[in-house]
Amino acid sequence: MGVKKDYVRPLDLRQGRIDMNHGAGGRASMQLIDEIFARAFDNDYLRQGNDGARLPVPPELLEGGQLVMACDGHIVSPLFFPGGDIGCLAVHGTINDVAMMGARPLYLSASFILEEGFALAELARVVDSMAAAARQAGVPVVTGDTKVVEQGKGDGCFIATTGVGVVPRGVKVGGAQARPGDVLIVSGTIGEHGVAVLSQRESLEFDTAIVSDTAALHTLVAGMLGAVPPGALHVLRDPTRGGLGTTLNEIARQSGVGMWIDEASIPVQPQVEAACELLGLDPLYIANEGKLVAAVAPEAAEALLAAMRAHPLGQRAARIGSVVADEHRFVQMQTRFGGRRIVDWLSGEPLPRIC
Amino acid sequence: MKYVDEFRDGALARGLAERIAAELRPDRRYSFMEFCGGHTHAISRYGIAELLPEAVRMIHGPGCPVCVLPVGRIDQAIGIALQRGAIVCSYGDTLRVPASDSLSLMKAKARGADIRMVYSAADALKTARANPGREVVFFAIGFETTTPPTALVVQQAAREGLRNFSVLCCHVLTPSAITHILESAEVRQYGTVPIDGFIGPAHVSIVIGSAPYEHFAEEYRKPVVIAGFEPLDVMQACLMLVRQVNASRAAVENQFARAVTRQGNLAAQRAVSDVFELRERFEWRGLGEVPYSALKIRAAYAEFDAERRFDLHYRPVPDHKQCECGAILRGVKKPVDCRLFGTVCTPENPMGSCMVSSEGACAAHYSYGRFRDVREAAA
Amino acid sequence: MRKTVSVELTPEVAVGDYVIVHVGHAIGVIDAEEAERTLALFAEMAQAAGPAAS
Repeated sequence: MGVKKDYVRPLDLRQGRIDMNHGAGGRASMQLIDEIFARAFDNDYLRQGNDGARLPVPPELLEGGQLVMACDGHIVSPLFFPGGDIGCLAVHGTINDVAMMGARPLYLSASFILEEGFALAELARVVDSMAAAARQAGVPVVTGDTKVVEQGKGDGCFIATTGVGVVPRGVKVGGAQARPGDVLIVSGTIGEHGVAVLSQRESLEFDTAIVSDTAALHTLVAGMLGAVPPGALHVLRDPTRGGLGTTLNEIARQSGVGMWIDEASIPVQPQVEAACELLGLDPLYIANEGKLVAAVAPEAAEALLAAMRAHPLGQRAARIGSVVADEHRFVQMQTRFGGRRIVDWLSGEPLPRIC
Repeated sequence: MKYVDEFRDGALARGLAERIAAELRPDRRYSFMEFCGGHTHAISRYGIAELLPEAVRMIHGPGCPVCVLPVGRIDQAIGIALQRGAIVCSYGDTLRVPASDSLSLMKAKARGADIRMVYSAADALKTARANPGREVVFFAIGFETTTPPTALVVQQAAREGLRNFSVLCCHVLTPSAITHILESAEVRQYGTVPIDGFIGPAHVSIVIGSAPYEHFAEEYRKPVVIAGFEPLDVMQACLMLVRQVNASRAAVENQFARAVTRQGNLAAQRAVSDVFELRERFEWRGLGEVPYSALKIRAAYAEFDAERRFDLHYRPVPDHKQCECGAILRGVKKPVDCRLFGTVCTPENPMGSCMVSSEGACAAHYSYGRFRDVREAAA
Repeated sequence: MRKTVSVELTPEVAVGDYVIVHVGHAIGVIDAEEAERTLALFAEMAQAAGPAAS
């Protein structure tokens, strides 16, 4: 009985698990790549089949634009949560980092650190979700890598992504660009991603209809840039870890300015308010994965808001305050109650109060 | 949200603030102390101090259980985890408090101690059931509100005959602390405390009722108004206190009538007296040793007492010499009066009890009210 | 949103009641009548100020 030519037994996606062979670089690694990664991400660049990808030069660069690069590590636990998973989160997160520079995201790379024992079924689920997110966003994963660590050293699956994009000549959006007088705008309701992830932590045991807001914001950003005169949009940032409160402080510090915000104007879903109330958390410090905050020259604010509200991801865009001159760089807030307080940097992790 | 939003109405707040201003006597100032973490938090978070007239000053007393927990007790908890290999379950706030040897519960966890955050005592019990081969210790801190849940789990553990569960009991009693503040010899050292009245704690009063404050109001001739923890509750309580002070009255009034009765929650009180008894003395961070101010587990439940089980001995650890928490807790000094405030001592790196939890006076001021210091300095 | 809490400390509670929750336990039931009375008192106190007191 001869050896069947070219026969490779396919991966057992139902019950199979990652083992050390998959990370060794030999046949098992190749099979993992072929049957899970390449199959899902499939595009011309990946099909080149090399360790690196050869990419064409985007037209904006030839016209005096600049390259933008961003990277992210993803360690969310649990891997799957209402509204998303580590896969699509990775894609959206890095696309957004590039977009927050005012850039058009072009390509992604994805590096996987897998733990020995991780279920292939879960890996396939994550990768398929990632591929779907990348396809939907129009930003392909063009190169990647896989490593395996021993059991106990890796929490299932860690993903690191890098994104590359291009910003046309003249566009300069950055955290240090906020100026006194700028209007602060948030693209929608805050606090959903963090609460959705928390709701999956066993110790908390609460059911909620809140889903993560994870989304790729690059088309929203493109619409925003197109709606205002060049140079009017000064800052874009997505309030991820640490939430809106932390992000505003980051911008204030980088730009050397202060801010005044109005609590009543900050859009929050009633469900998120209720959840935060019960857990003793402040929505201002909860992570968002599909929202952005913008600082825009005041004369362009109305046009910007209109453009945002016309986009599916910006329908609840709202003006929340303004940038002021302040050498102390305080972010001050008019509370719904009528009093005043500062919104400080987040201290450590937002653990709920007990008393 | 029902029973929440209505108590946070901004228009009513303004009206109440105006009413308070209208009733103030022009020839005097008013200082009211609250000793409830929920109140400290509400006042800061909603910016109530800004709304109140300048002549009314709110003092943050020892209402934050994490803040008054002495370092020596955290050392005990860390020791049980690091040296004795037990699983230690703790509320979230306590995890970051710096203890001896540059450790905290969180840092000990990074060194391999099995320390788990829980949201309730029941979670700790669940952990004990799920890990029959390991010792599980619940680090029980808190005032009278948190004590009944701890009592319930001890009773439950006894019913189930759990062999691996115990409680490190650091529960403290609110009225004792206040009495101690007003009476202690140290008051002479710092000067008479200028407190005109007290805002009684919200949650604690639900459990103990309004009765315990009556003796207190009579003895020290200071009015007490028990307030709910929503911002409008706090403001209404201020108005009620102003009225009492103006009329030279010293009565206990209950603003939180929707949740507090005179006798309190009897089911809760019964559970507590079944499981716990008074300690003769207990160290409070920032206040020193306070007699009859804390609880320990009764002999009947001895096997669930971590102190007996692990043969623990208490070693007090003094705070930084320049830490002004003692004076701040008594209302004699303000956070900005402390040389360490905002420089060496910050929420990231707390030196004393008032900075440790978000409800401590210094932490609250740092996180919410720092902008006021700048304004006052410039004026 | 739904969360499981213990009502062991408030055995008198009935479905539809509002409770105050602390560390996973209901520690008190809200007396609806008293709540209304308190709210009415806020409104009365706030209004009594009027334009004269500013």
